[in-house]
Amino acid sequence: MVELKVGDRRVLGRGDFPAFFAALRDAGYDVIGPTIHDGAIVYDRLTRVEDLPIGWTDRQGPGKYRLERRGDQALFGYNVGPFTWKKFLYPPRERLWTAYRDGDAFSIEPEPVDGPPLAFLGMRACELAGVRVTDRVFQGGPVADPGYSARRSRLLRIAVECGEAGANCFCVSMGTGPGVGADVDLVLTEILEPGPHRFLLRVGSPAGAEVLARVPLTPAEPTDGQIAEAIVERTAGSMGRTMNTEGIRDLLRNNLEHPRWDNVAKRCLACTNCTMVCPTCFCSTQEEVPDLDVSKVERWRRWDSCFNLAFTELHGSSVRKSGLSRYRQWLTHKLGTWNDQFGSSGCVGCGRCITWCPVGIDLTEEVAAIRKSPGATAAAATKGGSP
Amino acid sequence: MAVSTLPDPASPADAGHPLAPIPYVVRAVATETPDIVTLTLVPRSTKRTGPFRPGQFNMLYAFGVGESAISISGGSPDGQLIHTVQSLGKVSNALTRLTPGDTVGVRGPYGRGWPVAEAKGRDLVIVAGGLGLPPLRPALYEIFRNREAYGRVEIIDGARTPKNLVFYDEVQGWRRRSDLRVQVTVDSAGRDWYGDVGVVTTRIPDARFDPERTTAFVCGPEIMMKLTAQALVARKVPAETIFLSMERNMKCAIGFCGHCQYQSSFICRDGPVLRYSAVQTLLNLKEV
Repeated sequence: MVELKVGDRRVLGRGDFPAFFAALRDAGYDVIGPTIHDGAIVYDRLTRVEDLPIGWTDRQGPGKYRLERRGDQALFGYNVGPFTWKKFLYPPRERLWTAYRDGDAFSIEPEPVDGPPLAFLGMRACELAGVRVTDRVFQGGPVADPGYSARRSRLLRIAVECGEAGANCFCVSMGTGPGVGADVDLVLTEILEPGPHRFLLRVGSPAGAEVLARVPLTPAEPTDGQIAEAIVERTAGSMGRTMNTEGIRDLLRNNLEHPRWDNVAKRCLACTNCTMVCPTCFCSTQEEVPDLDVSKVERWRRWDSCFNLAFTELHGSSVRKSGLSRYRQWLTHKLGTWNDQFGSSGCVGCGRCITWCPVGIDLTEEVAAIRKSPGATAAAATKGGSP
Repeated sequence: MAVSTLPDPASPADAGHPLAPIPYVVRAVATETPDIVTLTLVPRSTKRTGPFRPGQFNMLYAFGVGESAISISGGSPDGQLIHTVQSLGKVSNALTRLTPGDTVGVRGPYGRGWPVAEAKGRDLVIVAGGLGLPPLRPALYEIFRNREAYGRVEIIDGARTPKNLVFYDEVQGWRRRSDLRVQVTVDSAGRDWYGDVGVVTTRIPDARFDPERTTAFVCGPEIMMKLTAQALVARKVPAETIFLSMERNMKCAIGFCGHCQYQSSFICRDGPVLRYSAVQTLLNLKEV
């Protein structure tokens, strides 16, 4: 068999997809991918191809998510669900270390970072961008997070380009999709027609090439490439949302007292859903978990949200008490100051925060409202807070 | 006008997991006020935190309780650390109840401190409000060690009442030095107080400095720092040469937890010492 190189294209028939799946598992990867659970397509450990949401799609809207049958047997015929890959690189709960009492003293043992290498099967372009964002958060600073780095270093990223856009999608506006770039291990484009159900496969890295060594593949015809391009182009043309990002950092920075913040705060429940489903929100808190006689103490890190009142607690009171200040913090960080901190936007345009907001707050609408009347200030925006 | 740059944070010592504290032993506990103690800590083993710069902070860990960000109020090259802690919450309460011989966890040092070296050749105005003095203390001693490198040094130390003045004996010692001017003031006091009464800003008009060549270090409650900076600007000190030490909730101190975000800054990494010109507009905004 001819060894594959980065940039090579091949066709994987739907009938050979199980062989591809088996090759991932044979290579030692824990395969994480989409599967149906509790009426949603979530990411979980997969053991067989039938675990995939075959023939299902998701219909989304602000505050709305429903699974529907497709008229075909597509393996990846949906957009994005409530889970993100972040859950596996940066678990919602993670033990950091354990401390053991020894008389007056104590000793600390950091949690070992091990576990099998992971293969993420079915990453969307926006989600690859999301991982690039969390890479910068957890690995781009003076110290890297050991757990994230260990899991990330052994990660195989298998992307599947979106065949259609969801009602809340705006990856085109954020410049993150729907086409997948070069920073990936393998890229699949699912072709349902014309011709047989198949995948155009692009090799993005040596690790990606390696798992294909024993997978039956056929050469890609020029038409396969054209069909795949047309699929991505069609998806790009059917985005459910748009966001004008021009000068957005300054727009938000110059409008911290805009009346729209008060308007959105009246609708926002501060439920934290948007931050929990966001592929890039990284905030966490730490918990001290002692055993009954406090001889052994575990230190756990768990996801936190800037919408929680206790998030900014300082000397027995919270800095950001009002819902206004908390929503403003989230949005100005996500779209604005994230650029100052990490050199990119914190938003990848996946639309999850719109879908999973119980009251359907749409950040693209909020930005548009501020852009419509920039510089507006209101007494409403400054009253009611504490100094 | 040359605008000094903030010093880079010292690189944290290799301590295994960046979030795992290093055990230190409490060598001494000094009571400053009824709810403020100063702890002297020494490493329990050869493992210790890296060298600190004035204005940086450590995360102190009370076994079974949790961690709290506490500024470094002093230390020595052999690894001794001095921390002044006020009992304000669960963790700081546990830290103030430590006794000599107890073990406490330390990780750090973190953050950007006072631009002490960059302020050379300039007049210095150092304004402390309440527990704002401990984070300034290492800067003051560094300045005292190179006293001839600076112009006039004006110290304004304030607290709510005389009882709330920390490092009081030391401050009294500084008052006897002829190469400094120290003003101590309290917001309110009984008849046994013969010193000044009034918030620290009331002492700014009396302070002696050449505004054009002055660097100011201000530390205390946010409202006190804001009003002090305004009073300094009113005396024509440029906002670019006024430095404040900001405070926010912190869980990790290394930019991972998000708690200390202050618009574009992580207070843990980009601060705690920030240039007044960078935060001037934010200080006028509520709930940032």
